[in-house]
Amino acid sequence: MTLPLFERPAIYLILAVALLVIGIFGFLRRRTLIGMLIAGEILFMAASLNVMALNRFFAPEPASGQIFVLLIMGLAAGEVAIGLSIIIAVYRNYRSIRTRDLTELKG
Amino acid sequence: MNAEGFPGAVRLAEIIFVISGLTVLAGALLAVMAHRIIRSVCGLALCCIGLAGLYAFLQSPFLALMQILIYVGAVCITIVFAVMLAEPDEPGEPHTGQGGGLWLPCALLICAVVGWALATLAVKTPWVEPAVRTSDGSLKAIGMALLTTHSLAFEVVSVVLLVAIVGALAIAHGGRGVAR
Repeated sequence: MTLPLFERPAIYLILAVALLVIGIFGFLRRRTLIGMLIAGEILFMAASLNVMALNRFFAPEPASGQIFVLLIMGLAAGEVAIGLSIIIAVYRNYRSIRTRDLTELKG
Repeated sequence: MNAEGFPGAVRLAEIIFVISGLTVLAGALLAVMAHRIIRSVCGLALCCIGLAGLYAFLQSPFLALMQILIYVGAVCITIVFAVMLAEPDEPGEPHTGQGGGLWLPCALLICAVVGWALATLAVKTPWVEPAVRTSDGSLKAIGMALLTTHSLAFEVVSVVLLVAIVGALAIAHGGRGVAR
């Protein structure tokens, strides 16, 4: 009898790769800061899913991977808080959060 | 996930697993492709809910709960507030300027190369199953490890969160009153 689908690590790893690719594509495609922030969250989730899959199937200590993912979630939440406050400050000053309008530092 | 209960339980669990995976992919695609940012946030929430299902299949219901609590409950709601304060809809005009028409093929090429390379690596690598497992990965084991082995990382993350809160307050407060 073959393994059921949810016991095969390759499926989780390929799902994580798909999430990573979608996140990269969104990061390249989006032209507003909030859109790029959302794509960054998808990248974080791809990393979390990868760590969790390897942790479940191939790690000798199953607790450490879960703790790692918890720390990733905490860092992602902090990143969102900082990123959104920067976005609000930028919007106050420029009345826009399109990346094309924020080129003051461009040489 | 223990699926020894009744005949067909494994099939049922497989169906739920496939639904979770498709939810993740659909949510991520919606988050990336949607024109309105608010739909994009909804896609992110959908993706997080599907990912929580996958975490449950990976024998960590605690992380599934945390995923919904932190991402859907905190991150998405915060982004919704930012969407209400700024007007972030994607501009309709296409990319212009340097390499205007080339960005989509370039983006697809980069994604295809990265995706193909990593997928090949993930499938072809001869992963080694561990001989023994030192804990069962339960909530009790997580708590013990968090407060003994990983206590330094735990404290550092709490400091990072504190700095993030103070920094967010400082940045958002600094521009008040000088809005044009």
